[in-house]
Amino acid sequence: MSGFLTRLWALLRKETRQMLRERSSLAVGLLLPAALILLFGYGLSFDVSNAPVAVVLDERSPTTQSLVAGLQGSPYLAPVQVNDMQSAVALMREGKVGGIVHVPMDFSRRMALGDAQVQLILNGVDANTARTLEAYVGGALATQALGTVDRQGGASAGAGSGRIQVVQRMWFNEASTSTWYLVPGLIVLVMTLIGAFLTSLLVAREWERGTLEALFVTPVRPTELVLAKLLPYMGIGALNLAICLLTARFLFEVPMRGSLLAIVVSSMLYLMVSLLMGLFISAVTRNQFQASQVALLTSFMPAMMLSGFVFDLRNMPAVVQVISQLLPATHFMGLIKSLFLTGDNWPLFLQKSGILLLYAALLFLATRHRLRKRLA
Amino acid sequence: MDAIVQYLTRVAFLCRKELITLLKEPTSRAMLFAPALLQALLFGYGATFDLRHVPYAVLDQSGGQTASELLARLDGAGMFERRANLQTSSQIARLIDDNEVLLVISIPSDLEQRLAAGQDAPLQLIMDGRNSTTAGAAAGYIGGIVGSVNQARAGTGQGVQLVTRSWYNPNLESRWQLMPALIAALSMLQTLLIAALSVAREREQGTFDQLLVTPLTPMQILIGKALPSILVGLVQSTIILLVIRFWFQIPMAGSAGLLYLALLVFTVASVGIGLSISAVAANMQQAMLYTFLLIMPLMLLSGLMTPVANMPKVLQLATYANPLRFGIDLVRRVYLEGAGLHEVGFNFIPMLVVAAITLPLAAWLFRNRLT
Repeated sequence: MSGFLTRLWALLRKETRQMLRERSSLAVGLLLPAALILLFGYGLSFDVSNAPVAVVLDERSPTTQSLVAGLQGSPYLAPVQVNDMQSAVALMREGKVGGIVHVPMDFSRRMALGDAQVQLILNGVDANTARTLEAYVGGALATQALGTVDRQGGASAGAGSGRIQVVQRMWFNEASTSTWYLVPGLIVLVMTLIGAFLTSLLVAREWERGTLEALFVTPVRPTELVLAKLLPYMGIGALNLAICLLTARFLFEVPMRGSLLAIVVSSMLYLMVSLLMGLFISAVTRNQFQASQVALLTSFMPAMMLSGFVFDLRNMPAVVQVISQLLPATHFMGLIKSLFLTGDNWPLFLQKSGILLLYAALLFLATRHRLRKRLA
Repeated sequence: MDAIVQYLTRVAFLCRKELITLLKEPTSRAMLFAPALLQALLFGYGATFDLRHVPYAVLDQSGGQTASELLARLDGAGMFERRANLQTSSQIARLIDDNEVLLVISIPSDLEQRLAAGQDAPLQLIMDGRNSTTAGAAAGYIGGIVGSVNQARAGTGQGVQLVTRSWYNPNLESRWQLMPALIAALSMLQTLLIAALSVAREREQGTFDQLLVTPLTPMQILIGKALPSILVGLVQSTIILLVIRFWFQIPMAGSAGLLYLALLVFTVASVGIGLSISAVAANMQQAMLYTFLLIMPLMLLSGLMTPVANMPKVLQLATYANPLRFGIDLVRRVYLEGAGLHEVGFNFIPMLVVAAITLPLAAWLFRNRLT
């Protein structure tokens, strides 16, 4: 046992020195998370506001003017009045407006009859924004129409014309801002990227330089090797994590409804998984060029696209759902969003932490296996 | 004339050597092209905002005609899946907390009486805000269905009807929005990394100094290093393009020529950034570090996931340095809208500026960073 500790200590000192000597990577490793979280916390948003739409009035009358006023009153829309459809279409093709509201010739007459129509043409290239625009324009028109009915003698007060009104309550995200669910997700992305980047070259570099073969003639064992390469970077990762959590809490004021302990424990577990993932890649490829490609391909894009960061897992086909369940990032994503926004949920915490621990153990064993003292 | 031939021959030699390094091993070959195919398929199916399954629960305290009609319409819409009929409001929390349902519809007991009396009646919608985008979209659908129930109750002659048509993507499928963007985004990832590693690897192995003492000028080294990466990028883009066009069958409205012109300029700008990284980095670890450092802002601030228009003004300005922002915009608009050069021409300028700065910078750094 004491032999194990002596050897581990010696290796740890070597790895830590090597890590600290690479000052540029150290500095960036520490500044990176803060910069990223800042940039994206402010930059990423699905919340549409002041979206430009073109308005074409084929009929100019008090009725249509009040309709335009209704659109202008919406905080989400920025109507731009143009003279004809041609120029409206040109604006849309240049990407200046996201949609066109077209009020036809006989609007007032048909309004009096009660079957007036307004045409809305959307640019479907950004389908998500298009949907939101449709809802906002519909909402603005409905409000306006109700107001008109009220002014015309309160027809809505008549018997049998009561309406069902939808009252929305968004739990866990009362203000319904996308920042609240994006920032915890960003922590997952940053941890994934940092983990893969910090460790994925470590073993490959030693293979390329032949120093790993030199280690084979020493009494060092594979377990000690893996631990020595893991622990110093856990330290850096922990610092990164602290920066992420502090920015999320105090700068973006995302509520932390779960206990800090649960958040820290699960994040450290995930950090360990993602560092071990990097080590495993490094040990398998034994080549820095390939290792960095694999690390990039397996870390960032899958964590961004398939973990439930923005794309809801429920909307994916079954096969893709199975694949996404294989990613450790998916499990951590579900857990950390819950811990931030909902609060402590111990069964969920135990289940997800168990899965992460399992991944860590598997990756540890697999990496150790690849580092047996055997030449390729 | 001879000078030109000699110049080009030298560049061709270096290109050939670079391509051999990239493609010699079967593993490296597979790694250049398989991921593009795999990711295009996977993300094409997985990355969607379109609601397919919305699990929900109902707390119907009225038990009346209107409520059952509303629920029938909801269940008939196809995507709403009723998981539970609740008895008390205390059951709501557990269902939402455990992710069993996305939303709960709570219908008050006096719904029928209020409506009969001509009063407005509230229908409460309790949603899981852990993904407020999905929840908001589901709420939008329910709002539409409630609206149609209201209209049916009141008979015709109520207000203004909105007739919506969406161009370029008639069913507003998010796959159509995302996939063309991936033509640019996915290929950029690896192109950037390969370019970044190309010089750094030679520096680490000591062969770059040898290259510098050959008759090759820095400009020739630059071209020789850039062309293979550009080629890899374009091949990857083509693979993704083919998947989109023939596997997912998203119709292409624009001209292939303009699309490839856009991809070429975009890839050259990306490779320029990669080579600048490469020229600065002393070893592969550093090259990888700078690449990883750049990848996240390049990807997330490009309009790939969230619209550029939703960003604060300062960040919108910063995205002018991001070739991916204009690459994605170009590919989307040429592919889906069928936009012509006169409509998207401006997008080329920022990318060309990036290329015109980064490529000469890289060539200059080759010689002037001999520390």
